[in-house]
Amino acid sequence: MHEVGLMQHTLDIVFDRAMREDSHRVKAVHMRVGEDAGVVPDALQLAFAALSQNTMANNAVLEIECVPVRCFCQACNRKFTPGDIFYECPTCGKLAAEVLSGHEFELVSFEVD
Amino acid sequence: MATRTIEIHEAVQGQNDQIAARNRAMFEEAGVYVINVMSAPGSGKTEFLARTLADIALHPSDEQANPGHKLRMAVVVGDIATDNDARRLAVSGVEVVQITTGGYCHLDADMVAKAIAHLNLQDLDVLIIENVGNMVCPATFDLGEHARIALISVTEGEDKPLKYPTLFKRADVVVINKIDLAEAVGYQGYVVIDNLSRVAPQAYVIEVSARTGEGVEDWYDYLKAMQGLHNKSICYV
Repeated sequence: MHEVGLMQHTLDIVFDRAMREDSHRVKAVHMRVGEDAGVVPDALQLAFAALSQNTMANNAVLEIECVPVRCFCQACNRKFTPGDIFYECPTCGKLAAEVLSGHEFELVSFEVD
Repeated sequence: MATRTIEIHEAVQGQNDQIAARNRAMFEEAGVYVINVMSAPGSGKTEFLARTLADIALHPSDEQANPGHKLRMAVVVGDIATDNDARRLAVSGVEVVQITTGGYCHLDADMVAKAIAHLNLQDLDVLIIENVGNMVCPATFDLGEHARIALISVTEGEDKPLKYPTLFKRADVVVINKIDLAEAVGYQGYVVIDNLSRVAPQAYVIEVSARTGEGVEDWYDYLKAMQGLHNKSICYV
Protein backbone atom coordinates (compact mmCIF):
# COMPACT_ATOMS: atom_id res chain seq x y z
CA MET A 1 0.00 0.00 0.00
CA HIS A 2 2.92 2.33 0.54
CA GLU A 3 4.87 1.37 -2.55
CA VAL A 4 4.93 4.96 -3.80
CA GLY A 5 6.67 6.28 -0.68
CA LEU A 6 9.12 3.39 -0.63
CA MET A 7 9.92 3.79 -4.33
CA GLN A 8 10.43 7.52 -3.95
CA HIS A 9 12.86 6.86 -1.13
CA THR A 10 14.65 4.23 -3.23
CA LEU A 11 14.96 6.61 -6.17
CA ASP A 12 16.27 9.36 -3.88
CA ILE A 13 19.10 7.00 -2.89
CA VAL A 14 19.76 6.08 -6.53
CA PHE A 15 19.80 9.67 -7.80
CA ASP A 16 22.01 10.86 -4.97
CA ARG A 17 24.57 8.12 -5.60
CA ALA A 18 24.37 8.49 -9.39
CA MET A 19 25.18 12.17 -9.18
CA ARG A 20 28.07 11.55 -6.81
CA GLU A 21 29.40 9.05 -9.35
CA ASP A 22 29.05 11.68 -12.05
CA SER A 23 26.37 9.78 -13.95
CA HIS A 24 23.39 11.35 -15.60
CA ARG A 25 21.32 8.46 -16.85
CA VAL A 26 20.01 5.47 -14.92
CA LYS A 27 19.15 2.53 -17.16
CA ALA A 28 18.11 -0.12 -14.67
CA VAL A 29 17.44 -0.58 -10.96
CA HIS A 30 17.74 -3.97 -9.25
CA MET A 31 15.87 -4.75 -6.03
CA ARG A 32 15.19 -7.74 -3.76
CA VAL A 33 11.69 -7.81 -2.31
CA GLY A 34 10.65 -10.42 0.23
CA GLU A 35 7.34 -12.27 -0.28
CA ASP A 36 6.26 -11.19 3.18
CA ALA A 37 7.63 -7.64 3.08
CA GLY A 38 4.16 -6.16 2.73
CA VAL A 39 5.08 -4.80 -0.69
CA VAL A 40 3.28 -5.77 -3.90
CA PRO A 41 5.76 -6.04 -6.84
CA ASP A 42 3.20 -4.92 -9.43
CA ALA A 43 2.40 -1.83 -7.41
CA LEU A 44 6.12 -1.18 -7.07
CA GLN A 45 6.49 -1.33 -10.86
CA LEU A 46 3.64 1.14 -11.29
CA ALA A 47 5.18 3.47 -8.72
CA PHE A 48 8.55 3.20 -10.44
CA ALA A 49 7.08 3.99 -13.85
CA ALA A 50 5.28 7.03 -12.49
CA LEU A 51 8.09 8.40 -10.35
CA SER A 52 10.91 7.88 -12.82
CA GLN A 53 9.21 9.94 -15.55
CA ASN A 54 11.17 13.05 -16.47
CA THR A 55 14.02 12.11 -14.16
CA MET A 56 17.43 10.66 -14.90
CA ALA A 57 15.76 7.24 -14.64
CA ASN A 58 13.25 8.02 -17.39
CA ASN A 59 12.50 4.80 -19.32
CA ALA A 60 14.69 2.78 -16.96
CA VAL A 61 13.84 -0.82 -16.14
CA LEU A 62 13.05 -2.06 -12.62
CA GLU A 63 14.14 -5.64 -12.01
CA ILE A 64 12.64 -7.22 -8.90
CA GLU A 65 13.95 -10.45 -7.41
CA CYS A 66 11.24 -11.93 -5.18
CA VAL A 67 12.74 -13.50 -2.09
CA PRO A 68 10.73 -16.44 -0.74
CA VAL A 69 9.93 -16.88 2.93
CA ARG A 70 12.39 -19.28 4.59
CA CYS A 71 11.99 -20.42 8.18
CA PHE A 72 14.17 -22.21 10.69
CA CYS A 73 12.78 -24.82 13.09
CA GLN A 74 14.87 -24.84 16.26
CA ALA A 75 13.47 -28.16 17.40
CA CYS A 76 14.60 -29.96 14.22
CA ASN A 77 17.55 -27.69 13.46
CA ARG A 78 16.52 -27.34 9.85
CA LYS A 79 15.37 -24.69 7.43
CA PHE A 80 12.17 -25.00 5.43
CA THR A 81 10.02 -23.10 2.98
CA PRO A 82 6.45 -22.82 4.25
CA GLY A 83 3.80 -23.70 1.70
CA ASP A 84 1.20 -21.28 3.05
CA ILE A 85 0.62 -18.67 5.71
CA PHE A 86 1.12 -21.23 8.47
CA TYR A 87 4.83 -21.46 9.18
CA GLU A 88 4.64 -25.12 10.14
CA CYS A 89 7.78 -27.22 10.20
CA PRO A 90 7.18 -30.10 7.73
CA THR A 91 9.07 -32.49 10.00
CA CYS A 92 7.67 -31.87 13.45
CA GLY A 93 4.70 -29.61 12.74
CA LYS A 94 5.82 -26.98 15.27
CA LEU A 95 4.86 -23.41 14.54
CA ALA A 96 7.44 -21.50 16.54
CA ALA A 97 9.66 -21.08 13.50
CA GLU A 98 12.17 -18.31 13.11
CA VAL A 99 11.78 -16.36 9.85
CA LEU A 100 15.13 -16.20 8.04
CA SER A 101 14.09 -14.43 4.88
CA GLY A 102 11.05 -13.01 3.19
CA HIS A 103 10.94 -9.54 4.74
CA GLU A 104 13.55 -7.88 2.53
CA PHE A 105 13.22 -4.56 0.77
CA GLU A 106 16.67 -4.05 -0.60
CA LEU A 107 18.29 -1.91 -3.25
CA VAL A 108 20.83 -4.25 -4.79
CA SER A 109 22.39 -2.15 -7.55
CA PHE A 110 21.61 0.12 -10.44
CA GLU A 111 23.09 0.61 -13.91
CA VAL A 112 24.19 3.92 -15.34
CA ASP A 113 25.90 5.25 -18.40
CA MET B 1 29.03 5.50 -23.11
CA ALA B 2 29.63 2.17 -21.40
CA THR B 3 27.08 0.92 -18.93
CA ARG B 4 28.38 0.34 -15.46
CA THR B 5 26.77 -1.12 -12.38
CA ILE B 6 26.83 0.64 -9.05
CA GLU B 7 26.48 -1.87 -6.19
CA ILE B 8 24.51 -0.84 -3.11
CA HIS B 9 23.22 -3.99 -1.31
CA GLU B 10 21.39 -2.07 1.37
CA ALA B 11 17.95 -2.33 2.89
CA VAL B 12 15.84 0.66 1.99
CA GLN B 13 14.47 1.74 5.29
CA GLY B 14 11.60 3.92 4.29
CA GLN B 15 11.08 7.26 5.88
CA ASN B 16 8.36 5.77 8.06
CA ASP B 17 10.77 3.31 9.66
CA GLN B 18 13.25 6.06 10.40
CA ILE B 19 10.64 8.20 12.12
CA ALA B 20 9.27 5.15 13.95
CA ALA B 21 12.75 4.45 15.30
CA ARG B 22 12.93 8.04 16.57
CA ASN B 23 9.50 7.67 18.20
CA ARG B 24 10.62 4.42 19.83
CA ALA B 25 13.74 6.11 21.22
CA MET B 26 11.62 8.91 22.68
CA PHE B 27 9.28 6.39 24.29
CA GLU B 28 12.24 4.51 25.78
CA GLU B 29 13.74 7.73 27.10
CA ALA B 30 10.45 8.72 28.73
CA GLY B 31 9.82 5.21 30.11
CA VAL B 32 6.33 5.00 28.62
CA TYR B 33 4.88 1.70 27.38
CA VAL B 34 3.16 2.14 24.01
CA ILE B 35 0.54 -0.06 22.36
CA ASN B 36 -0.86 0.14 18.81
CA VAL B 37 -4.44 -1.12 18.70
CA MET B 38 -5.75 -2.27 15.32
CA SER B 39 -8.96 -3.84 14.07
CA ALA B 40 -11.63 -3.67 11.41
CA PRO B 41 -14.15 -0.84 11.74
CA GLY B 42 -16.92 -1.77 14.17
CA SER B 43 -15.05 -4.40 16.21
CA GLY B 44 -15.50 -2.38 19.35
CA LYS B 45 -12.00 -0.91 19.64
CA THR B 46 -13.17 2.36 21.11
CA GLU B 47 -15.56 0.70 23.56
CA PHE B 48 -12.79 -1.69 24.63
CA LEU B 49 -10.40 1.21 25.19
CA ALA B 50 -13.06 3.32 26.92
CA ARG B 51 -13.61 0.51 29.42
CA THR B 52 -9.86 0.08 29.89
CA LEU B 53 -9.48 3.77 30.66
CA ALA B 54 -12.49 3.79 32.98
CA ASP B 55 -11.22 0.78 34.93
CA ILE B 56 -7.46 1.23 35.21
CA ALA B 57 -6.44 4.71 34.10
CA LEU B 58 -5.55 7.21 36.77
CA HIS B 59 -8.24 9.87 36.82
CA PRO B 60 -7.39 13.38 38.00
CA SER B 61 -9.69 12.84 40.98
CA ASP B 62 -7.81 9.64 41.94
CA GLU B 63 -4.72 11.50 43.06
CA GLN B 64 -5.32 10.80 46.73
CA ALA B 65 -6.81 7.32 46.43
CA ASN B 66 -4.33 4.50 45.87
CA PRO B 67 -2.71 5.69 42.66
CA GLY B 68 -0.35 2.71 42.80
CA HIS B 69 -2.95 0.41 41.30
CA LYS B 70 -3.84 2.64 38.41
CA LEU B 71 -1.80 3.65 35.39
CA ARG B 72 -1.15 7.14 34.08
CA MET B 73 -2.44 6.85 30.54
CA ALA B 74 -3.01 8.95 27.44
CA VAL B 75 -4.46 8.14 24.04
CA VAL B 76 -3.69 9.07 20.45
CA VAL B 77 -6.63 8.15 18.23
CA GLY B 78 -6.71 8.09 14.44
CA ASP B 79 -9.78 8.40 12.23
CA ILE B 80 -10.33 9.50 8.66
CA ALA B 81 -12.97 11.95 9.82
CA THR B 82 -14.66 13.22 13.01
CA ASP B 83 -13.31 13.43 16.53
CA ASN B 84 -16.09 11.22 17.91
CA ASP B 85 -13.67 8.63 19.27
CA ALA B 86 -11.56 11.24 21.02
CA ARG B 87 -14.66 12.67 22.69
CA ARG B 88 -15.77 9.23 23.88
CA LEU B 89 -12.37 8.44 25.32
CA ALA B 90 -11.87 11.88 26.88
CA VAL B 91 -14.81 11.17 29.20
CA SER B 92 -12.37 9.08 31.23
CA GLY B 93 -10.43 12.21 32.14
CA VAL B 94 -7.21 11.13 30.42
CA GLU B 95 -5.55 13.23 27.79
CA VAL B 96 -6.63 12.32 24.25
CA VAL B 97 -5.10 13.58 21.02
CA GLN B 98 -7.17 13.03 17.87
CA ILE B 99 -5.47 12.62 14.51
CA THR B 100 -7.90 13.19 11.65
CA THR B 101 -6.14 11.72 8.64
CA GLY B 102 -8.45 13.23 6.05
CA GLY B 103 -8.15 10.22 3.77
CA TYR B 104 -5.15 8.16 4.86
CA CYS B 105 -6.38 4.71 5.77
CA HIS B 106 -3.76 4.17 8.46
CA LEU B 107 -1.65 6.06 10.97
CA ASP B 108 2.02 6.46 10.15
CA ALA B 109 5.00 7.30 12.33
CA ASP B 110 5.07 10.94 11.29
CA MET B 111 1.45 11.51 12.32
CA VAL B 112 2.18 9.90 15.68
CA ALA B 113 5.34 11.98 16.11
CA LYS B 114 3.31 15.15 15.63
CA ALA B 115 0.59 13.96 18.00
CA ILE B 116 2.92 13.03 20.86
CA ALA B 117 4.41 16.52 20.77
CA HIS B 118 1.18 17.51 22.55
CA LEU B 119 1.82 15.12 25.43
CA ASN B 120 4.22 15.00 28.37
CA LEU B 121 5.49 11.45 27.80
CA GLN B 122 7.54 11.55 31.03
CA ASP B 123 4.28 11.76 32.99
CA LEU B 124 2.82 8.63 31.41
CA ASP B 125 2.96 4.92 32.19
CA VAL B 126 1.06 3.83 29.08
CA LEU B 127 0.27 5.46 25.75
CA ILE B 128 -2.51 3.88 23.72
CA ILE B 129 -2.56 4.48 19.98
CA GLU B 130 -5.96 3.62 18.53
CA ASN B 131 -5.31 3.11 14.82
CA VAL B 132 -7.73 3.76 11.97
CA GLY B 133 -10.25 0.91 11.60
CA ASN B 134 -8.59 -1.17 8.87
CA MET B 135 -7.02 -4.63 8.96
CA VAL B 136 -4.70 -4.20 5.99
CA CYS B 137 -2.57 -1.05 5.94
CA PRO B 138 -1.96 -0.38 9.64
CA ALA B 139 -0.24 -3.77 9.92
CA THR B 140 2.65 -2.61 7.74
CA PHE B 141 3.36 0.75 9.37
CA ASP B 142 5.62 0.78 12.38
CA LEU B 143 4.66 3.66 14.68
CA GLY B 144 7.39 3.08 17.26
CA GLU B 145 5.13 1.02 19.53
CA HIS B 146 6.21 -1.70 21.98
CA ALA B 147 3.25 -3.99 21.37
CA ARG B 148 0.63 -4.52 18.70
CA ILE B 149 -2.89 -5.41 19.76
CA ALA B 150 -5.16 -6.92 17.10
CA LEU B 151 -8.83 -6.83 18.00
CA ILE B 152 -11.58 -8.85 16.34
CA SER B 153 -15.14 -9.50 17.42
CA VAL B 154 -17.27 -12.65 17.46
CA THR B 155 -19.50 -11.23 14.73
CA GLU B 156 -16.73 -11.15 12.12
CA GLY B 157 -16.36 -14.79 11.26
CA GLU B 158 -13.96 -17.45 12.41
CA ASP B 159 -11.61 -17.16 9.44
CA LYS B 160 -10.66 -13.54 10.05
CA PRO B 161 -7.11 -14.44 11.17
CA LEU B 162 -6.59 -16.40 7.94
CA LYS B 163 -7.74 -13.52 5.75
CA TYR B 164 -5.40 -10.97 7.27
CA PRO B 165 -2.24 -12.91 8.07
CA THR B 166 0.08 -9.89 8.07
CA LEU B 167 -1.82 -8.24 10.90
CA PHE B 168 -2.06 -11.37 13.02
CA LYS B 169 1.49 -12.57 12.45
CA ARG B 170 2.76 -9.29 13.85
CA ALA B 171 0.35 -9.12 16.79
CA ASP B 172 1.52 -9.52 20.37
CA VAL B 173 -2.04 -9.75 21.71
CA VAL B 174 -5.27 -10.76 19.99
CA VAL B 175 -8.42 -9.59 21.75
CA ILE B 176 -11.66 -11.32 20.74
CA ASN B 177 -14.39 -8.87 21.68
CA LYS B 178 -18.18 -9.05 22.08
CA ILE B 179 -18.26 -12.55 23.57
CA ASP B 180 -21.56 -11.57 25.15
CA LEU B 181 -22.97 -11.99 21.63
CA ALA B 182 -21.31 -15.37 21.05
CA GLU B 183 -24.44 -17.48 21.34
CA ALA B 184 -26.57 -15.11 19.28
CA VAL B 185 -24.20 -15.34 16.30
CA GLY B 186 -23.21 -18.97 16.69
CA TYR B 187 -19.60 -18.07 17.41
CA GLN B 188 -17.30 -21.09 17.28
CA GLY B 189 -14.48 -20.07 19.58
CA TYR B 190 -12.48 -23.25 19.13
CA VAL B 191 -12.21 -22.56 15.37
CA VAL B 192 -10.88 -19.04 15.90
CA ILE B 193 -8.46 -20.15 18.61
CA ASP B 194 -7.22 -22.95 16.35
CA ASN B 195 -6.74 -20.54 13.43
CA LEU B 196 -4.90 -18.12 15.69
CA SER B 197 -2.67 -20.84 17.11
CA ARG B 198 -1.52 -21.59 13.55
CA VAL B 199 -1.29 -18.08 12.08
CA ALA B 200 -0.21 -16.25 15.22
CA PRO B 201 1.38 -18.74 17.62
CA GLN B 202 3.26 -15.84 19.24
CA ALA B 203 0.12 -13.96 20.29
CA TYR B 204 -1.55 -13.88 23.71
CA VAL B 205 -5.26 -14.44 23.01
CA ILE B 206 -8.00 -13.08 25.26
CA GLU B 207 -11.78 -13.31 24.88
CA VAL B 208 -13.63 -10.34 26.34
CA SER B 209 -16.78 -8.33 26.33
CA ALA B 210 -16.06 -4.61 26.52
CA ARG B 211 -19.75 -4.14 27.20
CA THR B 212 -20.21 -6.51 30.15
CA GLY B 213 -16.61 -6.53 31.37
CA GLU B 214 -16.20 -10.30 31.01
CA GLY B 215 -12.55 -11.27 30.54
CA VAL B 216 -11.10 -7.76 30.79
CA GLU B 217 -9.16 -8.51 33.97
CA ASP B 218 -6.80 -10.74 31.94
CA TRP B 219 -6.17 -7.78 29.63
CA TYR B 220 -5.50 -5.45 32.56
CA ASP B 221 -3.10 -7.97 34.13
CA TYR B 222 -1.21 -8.24 30.83
CA LEU B 223 -1.04 -4.48 30.35
CA LYS B 224 0.15 -3.84 33.90
CA ALA B 225 2.74 -6.59 33.69
CA MET B 226 4.14 -5.31 30.37
CA GLN B 227 4.14 -1.72 31.61
CA GLY B 228 5.98 -2.82 34.72
CA LEU B 229 8.70 -4.42 32.61
CA HIS B 230 9.18 -1.16 30.70
CA ASN B 231 9.07 1.10 33.70
CA LYS B 232 12.47 2.73 34.03
CA SER B 233 11.95 3.38 37.70
CA ILE B 234 11.86 -0.31 38.49
CA CYS B 235 15.21 -2.03 38.76
CA TYR B 236 15.39 -5.77 38.30
CA VAL B 237 18.41 -7.25 40.06
